[in-house]
Amino acid sequence: MRVEKHMMDEVLVQVEGLTRCHGEVRVVDDISFTLRRGQILGFLGPNGAGKSTLLRMLVGVLAPDAGQIIINGVDLLDQPIRAKQVLGYLPEQPPLYRELTVDEQLHYSARLHGLNRRASHQAATRIKQRCGLTDVSRRLIGYLSKGYRQRVGIAQAVLHDPAVIVQDEPTVGLDPLQSRQIRELISELGQERGVILSSHLLTEVQTLCTHVQMMRMGRLTQTVTLADLERQPSTRLRIGLHTPPPLALLERLPGVEQIDDLGQGYFCLHHAANAAPTASLIQRAGDWGLQELTPEHSHLEQLFVDLILKTEMDQ
Amino acid sequence: MIFVIAIHEWRSLFLSPLAWSLLAVTQGLLAWMFILLVDDFRNLQGRLVALDHAPGVTDLVVAPLFRVAAWVLLLLVPLLTMRLFSQERRSRTLDLLLSAPVGTPAMVLGKYLGVVTFFINAVGLITLMPLSLAMGAPLDLGKLLAGALGLTLLVAAATAAGLYLSTLTTQPTVAAVTTLGLLLALWIVDAASTAQGISSDLLSYLSLRRHYDSFLLGLFDSSDLAYYFLFSLAFLGLAMRRLDDLRLRD
Repeated sequence: MRVEKHMMDEVLVQVEGLTRCHGEVRVVDDISFTLRRGQILGFLGPNGAGKSTLLRMLVGVLAPDAGQIIINGVDLLDQPIRAKQVLGYLPEQPPLYRELTVDEQLHYSARLHGLNRRASHQAATRIKQRCGLTDVSRRLIGYLSKGYRQRVGIAQAVLHDPAVIVQDEPTVGLDPLQSRQIRELISELGQERGVILSSHLLTEVQTLCTHVQMMRMGRLTQTVTLADLERQPSTRLRIGLHTPPPLALLERLPGVEQIDDLGQGYFCLHHAANAAPTASLIQRAGDWGLQELTPEHSHLEQLFVDLILKTEMDQ
Repeated sequence: MIFVIAIHEWRSLFLSPLAWSLLAVTQGLLAWMFILLVDDFRNLQGRLVALDHAPGVTDLVVAPLFRVAAWVLLLLVPLLTMRLFSQERRSRTLDLLLSAPVGTPAMVLGKYLGVVTFFINAVGLITLMPLSLAMGAPLDLGKLLAGALGLTLLVAAATAAGLYLSTLTTQPTVAAVTTLGLLLALWIVDAASTAQGISSDLLSYLSLRRHYDSFLLGLFDSSDLAYYFLFSLAFLGLAMRRLDDLRLRD
């Protein structure tokens, strides 16, 4: 048990003071964070926040102007080849050769990561099953649909069983069902590894990640764990009424601080923490035709919207 | 790791129709040339008998054939090297190599070897034609091999230059045009040294053709070998530097 606990605390990625400039602009500005085994860390931020640049530096595709990256105890900048052995990377656009078949692509990637012929064959068979690629293993990548290509990209990133998986917008451009499958795969993979991903999709980060870092203009603005967020009490109640009373009557409900009229009988009631006017609403439910009553847990959303608004204001 | 990349490069050449059509076109053109040369030789044969130290079939067929082959292959080198890095940068597949535990030298050498292996295949096919003369004529095998070696070295050097130029741009066609320009310039650069008023040992030393010609005469000079070797090494080194530089700039 103790050993396991120790394993879970193992630091896989340690980043300090990472900076990269593009001309005068600091695309990534003095970023530091830590990733432990079993964590799925999401970088959330509006487009152009520097997420991709950050991830590309983490896998050694780009060199930072300043800072340090330690992967599994090895300095990525001093010993890139050793450090990269435990990395799996899926860029925004999966690096796939159109003229190869799925099998050939996976085999090449496995060999590049130091697996021998036999091991790469076994690894490819295993990962194809896991990613649902067995049926297309002989198809040319150029003819695959976007969803399948994304899966091949993910398969390629985790083929050599890396301890750290870095994914840049892993579900972009997929339909909802495909995204869900990919998310399930990622959270499965994240249980015994460390996963870093970037996204501008709130729901994705919310359902997938154990930790979230907000990014804006190259800086980290906030670190939250999702467990913390869920523990926070809701301060908003969304209600739907068939025969809504005048707004003034709703405002007089105990604990209500502010009301947004969402139209068509829907309202958003802002109230103090732990003082939701649920009981009084249910009392009048019959008269008002209550059809929906949902507490909204959306602190992350609020944070995200604030973040984007701030970015726009700065610009 | 070098060989994994080299084999991948070599195989992907043959997965596209490009490599096959290049081989077919070269072989077709040179076969026609070969027939013409053999025909000329047959016409000349009567007069050659009367001469002392008459040039043999190797000098009259093999050397001219290899001279043309060098031209054709130099024109083809840009077509194959243009893809190497610029295509990968353009289609963003270079990220796979850059994020894999592979050093820059292995990346460059692997790709280089892949294309050079293709050209060794091509030179092999070309050499087969004059080799068939050995069935009916006394062939100077030493000269033939020196010619084949010279052609391989020449093309390998040209490949190194093309590989470097393909790291400079994300547009394969630009890489091809610049490579073609550079190679042709280096081919004719010694023409200037024979022009009046310009005498330059340097220019004639730089010429790709000068060093190739001595191979065709059957001369196996280590200075020619060193020239091609250094030429390739310089461009491969530049390519490695450029790729490391891209990590800082891109």
